[in-house]
Amino acid sequence: MIDPLDQMMQFQTNALTLRAQRQTLLAANIANADTPNYKAVDFDFAKALSSAQSAADSGSPPAQPEVLYRAPSQASLDGNSVDMDAERGQFADNTVRYEAALRVLGAQIKTMLAACQD
Amino acid sequence: MSLFDVFSVASSALAAQSQRLNVTASNLANADSVASPDGTAYKARQVIFSAAPQDEDGTAGVTGVTVAGVIEDQSPAKSVFNPGHPLADAQGYVKMPNVNVVDEMVNMMSASRSYQSNVDVMNTAKTLLQKTLTLGQ
Repeated sequence: MIDPLDQMMQFQTNALTLRAQRQTLLAANIANADTPNYKAVDFDFAKALSSAQSAADSGSPPAQPEVLYRAPSQASLDGNSVDMDAERGQFADNTVRYEAALRVLGAQIKTMLAACQD
Repeated sequence: MSLFDVFSVASSALAAQSQRLNVTASNLANADSVASPDGTAYKARQVIFSAAPQDEDGTAGVTGVTVAGVIEDQSPAKSVFNPGHPLADAQGYVKMPNVNVVDEMVNMMSASRSYQSNVDVMNTAKTLLQKTLTLGQ
């Protein structure tokens, strides 16, 4: 009985977890904007979400997303590859998408609660 | 919990940037200090940032910032001709600190901007967590 409920919310739950992880990575990039030799990191969200989905479908434990270095847009003298504008943009984008996933998950829960009441 | 890592990462950056701001303040305040406790002119100080990996159970690739050390600028002191000064040498030159005021102002602005960015990051994470707490209500 609980399993279909769980399955219905699985996609948004996975998306939310990955969004939170990406938010942390972007925060680390912004924090290290002045650290010499720091290389900006990120992961491919679409790839990470589809592998998290297939892991959940097969019942295996969720794998950590593959963290990659960002291709630097401009070379800097101290070896730092953080582009502050790009990072802030991605951070804002990720924030909105996290909120969107949260909203959809909330609506799904509300739908189920409505079905329970009648 | 992933989003909580944002707080530790951003606060490590806040601590590092505020130390940088402190060192800059010290350099600017001592830009004319001819004699420090050891008898020589004040030497400019710079902080060295380094990336500090977070706990093992956190998200892979997440690193905070730590101040690896504070170094003294080893460039030679500026010699200023001022024969009337009590600390002038036989030729009438006084050794002034090697603080570059323009560099320090740039450092100050950069530290202040980075600090603001990290405060923004923390605020955003806080908003997201609060919204997550009201999930399903």
